[in-house]
Amino acid sequence: MKDHAHLATEFNKDEPRVDWHDKTLWFIREKRDKAAGGVPEWEWLRDTASAIKENVLSNLSEYLLQFEDHATQNGVVVHWAADAKEHNEIVYGLLKKHGVDKMVKSKSMLTEECHLNEFLGEQGIEVVDTDLGERVVQLAGEPPSHIVLPCIHKKKEEIGEIFHEHLGTPAGNADPQFLTHAARLHLREKFITRRVALTGVNFAVAETGEFVVCTNEGNADMGAHLADVHIACMGIEKLIPLRQHLGVFLRLLTRSATGQPITTYSSHFKQPRPGQEMHIVLVDNGRSAHLGRKDFRNSLKCIRCAACFNTCPVYRRSGGHSYHTAVAGPIGSILSPNLDMKKYSDLPFASTLCGSCSNVCPVKIDIHEQLYKWRQVIVQDGNAPVSKTMAMKTMSWVLSNPSVYHTAGKAGRWFMLRAPFTVNNGLNPWYKQRDMPEVPKESFGEWYKRNRK
Amino acid sequence: MHRGWYFRNKPIPGANCMRVGLFIPCYVDQFYPQVGIATLHLLEKYGCEVVYPPNQTCCGQPMANSGFGHLTQGCNDLFIKNFSEFEYIVCPSGSCTLHIKDHLHGSYEGPGDGADGIRRKIYELVEFLTDVLKVENIDASFPHKVGVHQSCHGQRGLKLSQMTELMAPPFSKPEKLLKMVKGIQLIDLGRKDECCGFGGTFCVAEEAVSVKMGKDRVADHLQHGAEYITGADMSCLMHLEGILRRQKSPVQVKHIAEILDSKE
Repeated sequence: MKDHAHLATEFNKDEPRVDWHDKTLWFIREKRDKAAGGVPEWEWLRDTASAIKENVLSNLSEYLLQFEDHATQNGVVVHWAADAKEHNEIVYGLLKKHGVDKMVKSKSMLTEECHLNEFLGEQGIEVVDTDLGERVVQLAGEPPSHIVLPCIHKKKEEIGEIFHEHLGTPAGNADPQFLTHAARLHLREKFITRRVALTGVNFAVAETGEFVVCTNEGNADMGAHLADVHIACMGIEKLIPLRQHLGVFLRLLTRSATGQPITTYSSHFKQPRPGQEMHIVLVDNGRSAHLGRKDFRNSLKCIRCAACFNTCPVYRRSGGHSYHTAVAGPIGSILSPNLDMKKYSDLPFASTLCGSCSNVCPVKIDIHEQLYKWRQVIVQDGNAPVSKTMAMKTMSWVLSNPSVYHTAGKAGRWFMLRAPFTVNNGLNPWYKQRDMPEVPKESFGEWYKRNRK
Repeated sequence: MHRGWYFRNKPIPGANCMRVGLFIPCYVDQFYPQVGIATLHLLEKYGCEVVYPPNQTCCGQPMANSGFGHLTQGCNDLFIKNFSEFEYIVCPSGSCTLHIKDHLHGSYEGPGDGADGIRRKIYELVEFLTDVLKVENIDASFPHKVGVHQSCHGQRGLKLSQMTELMAPPFSKPEKLLKMVKGIQLIDLGRKDECCGFGGTFCVAEEAVSVKMGKDRVADHLQHGAEYITGADMSCLMHLEGILRRQKSPVQVKHIAEILDSKE
């Protein structure tokens, strides 16, 4: 399997596209700055949100039981899934029970994480993603490249082609308004005819058993309101204790995500309407294990706003698919190793540790510090390549012995001066697109010895 | 010439003289001695008694950031041995300073390991000049258009300047110092504090993204008319210099110490 560096290298073969991708996402980062700047208590909100989530993580089992109690009292059926497999089977079981082989689904990164669509596809169930961006990547046969903007890697001309192929729009038409209208007609038909709708959950309120789903397109509502069965799937960390806490999180979420003051639709679901069935699937899938990792537990505070994606200079220039995981970007790089340390051992290294991610995070996750800590855990667990381990051991030996260091430095500079081809060649990744520094005739240490002693 | 300059500026005995251990990062020692010399000049100019312990090597960050923190004990022990005796330790690199502050540890956990004191008395050059020496005047001139690269570890780690992500009042310690230099013209940038992509071993392990980030940073400075790019971390500047030279650009990089010590 190709790692982040390889996939990012491929992405960078088309430099104008990288520029476009970078500028598009930077535009969203700037919108976020503007929106956040309009809230005088912004930093206080971040502190508060972080503290509320800290409380949730410290009392998760209690809040979960409280939520289950209240939701059950409201007439909602609550399911517990230990892992992705159980989650997928619960959803499949509900579809089977109702004799349904088609369903609509609004945005849910959890179902991406559990690979629900593939699983249901294998069982002969057709899933239509109703978020416009998700529908685009679904038609293209690709996973989302961004958790909030799933098809941000696609240009409008490419979307025009996909729609031409799958929805029969005229070839060469890439007018966003026209294409959106075509998608609307296409999706309306699905909403009206599907009896089961699956949605994600942004916040679940322990106090009341309600849950809130945030969308800009109203597609979660269209699905849930027209279907006989509403299935809402959520990771167990999505809880907040009180309804009033929504006043903190809803203000932070979309300002951080897209720079809007609030999502177009923030829909509160409490109980099924008469004749409707409502199900909630509470999914662990590694979250309990993650909660047990002291250094990494607070990454479970994440509310999936993707502000860290948009600000990340590496993400913007490597694209979401280079992370080869459902949740890409900086947050994905600290969540994924918990799911499979070997498979995702490259991700914590796909960062310069610049720290911008931690600064934009609305729940103040110390993302860049966790990236550093994951690197240590991954290496200690034996996932570093042998060549790297050897290089590091040599470097450590040289730098631990001043006389070796001085000799090596002198020798290195001698070679660079007299035989520059030993470093200025294709084997040196630095030299590929950058010149080496000019070699001085003496080191600072040598100069100091001559001038100050 | 340096010698004569030194004696003219030798601190007056008993006059508030600070004993400073000078920590010059390994790559600065080997490739950019002029940055070490400028740092030494500056500290001496402000009356510090500066000592460069000759057996110093590296802070250990290259190993630690690569996930090999467990291989840094040799560097840690050496660092503690070299620098324990000083009142202050000053280093012309935000990144190396931050690494020592965050990760230096003795061979055993707990108080008395020798690392704790060092972590608290090490300063990056800019913060030492502004916060400890409280420099208000600089006798330097550099009549050029200069772009300031905010290196991430200095900025976001040591808080040398306000970060654009935070909704908080702006400040910049490097710019405060640079503005005291005669003739200097600081340029504005499109992206004030975006990472240059150096990132330690990232610069070779993720060569494609690293270079692209560097090219974009360079382009921002060039578009805004920079003749020089400066900053408080030579590692970022080395990366940007590599790109500038490959592009055959006349624009040069200069460490902030060189500009603050400059008489043009």
